[in-house]
Amino acid sequence: MIDPGKAVKKWGKNPAQYVDAAPELIAGAMFGLAFGFLLQKGGVGKFHVLIGQLLLQDFTVAKVMLTAIVVGMIGVFTLHHFAKVNLHIKPTQIGSNIIGGLLFGAGFALMGYCPGTAAVALGQGSWDALFGMAGLIAGSWMFAELSGWTKRTIENWGDLGKVLLPDLLHVPRGVFVVGFATALTALLVLLERFNTR
Amino acid sequence: MNWPTNTRSPGQVIPKCVSYLIGTLALLLICAAADARTIVDARDYAGYAWSPYLAGAGIGVLSWLTFYFSDKPIGASSFYALLAGFLGKLIAPRHTASLVYFKDNPPRVGWQAVFVISIIVGGALAAVTGGEFTNEWLSPMWTERFGDSMTLRAAVAFAGGLIMAFGARLAGGCTSGHGISGTLQLNLASWIAVICFFIGGISVAMFLFKW
Repeated sequence: MIDPGKAVKKWGKNPAQYVDAAPELIAGAMFGLAFGFLLQKGGVGKFHVLIGQLLLQDFTVAKVMLTAIVVGMIGVFTLHHFAKVNLHIKPTQIGSNIIGGLLFGAGFALMGYCPGTAAVALGQGSWDALFGMAGLIAGSWMFAELSGWTKRTIENWGDLGKVLLPDLLHVPRGVFVVGFATALTALLVLLERFNTR
Repeated sequence: MNWPTNTRSPGQVIPKCVSYLIGTLALLLICAAADARTIVDARDYAGYAWSPYLAGAGIGVLSWLTFYFSDKPIGASSFYALLAGFLGKLIAPRHTASLVYFKDNPPRVGWQAVFVISIIVGGALAAVTGGEFTNEWLSPMWTERFGDSMTLRAAVAFAGGLIMAFGARLAGGCTSGHGISGTLQLNLASWIAVICFFIGGISVAMFLFKW
């Protein structure tokens, strides 16, 4: 049985407990600004670009994501090798990753924006993102309502803990990063060859 | 059927509200697809302003910076859970505090919240500087396919957002958190999730726009 009193106390009345320090907030603002700017310039704030990807007509989304992955991966693993950054790995729970992933995709096709690009769309004056954002808040609430149940059921199906691809394949991380970056780049070259957009 | 209170029926694997949701979604999909008019092509509309490789590389470099300076991966979806948590705190504080998700993730105005709000500003800046500020309630591609009913668009977008946020929380992230930050860290969970994002997305989009 849950004791609501304790949980309420944990949230506290002191603002410092639920507001971060100013430098951290300023950094967040700068990075968010850059992220939104780059997403819009890359065209992925547009409904038809996002839906076009799901219809396999416009491969802009795949190009943006794969390039970000290749560049990000090389930098983050290099910085991690020299102990400059921490990795932030979410646990692999095959059941929830698959079911949640499929639901996410279905919702994405209906809404036409994903959570980050909805914010970009709103900024660029595509007001229909507002309906979707209201849905996102409602859906998050619904998940919270069911979170006791999902924790007992789906989240235990195929719970492997934190797993990285190189560990799974027993390949040294550096070797894997180089090989994988090459493979993804080759995929981008192929995409560019066979698709105009 | 009357099951005794406080016990779960043995056959009830899926809660009632989830099955209602699936039913509503199926109905909505069929209605929307039945209302569809013409075959549309996304390439008939304006694409990117900057090369997607440039934008992608920029986002890759940005992820180095967020890891280095803020010790955080890029992510967006948990912002909406945060908003839900704060709304819940206003409306039903005790009930909200009793929910497992909000116990594990107490709502906090932090880096994440400021980050996502700034995405809106960044998107606006990029659109205005590129002359791409749209100021429209319906996307032209949507209108060409489904007509200019705001109610239909609002219902479909709301339902989509709802399912998407539920999926994001279950899967552990969205197209940013899993699709970029998780995949670039070579997380198995993220690669499974992102492949499923596209399997789910492509299936439903094909049904909506090509059927």
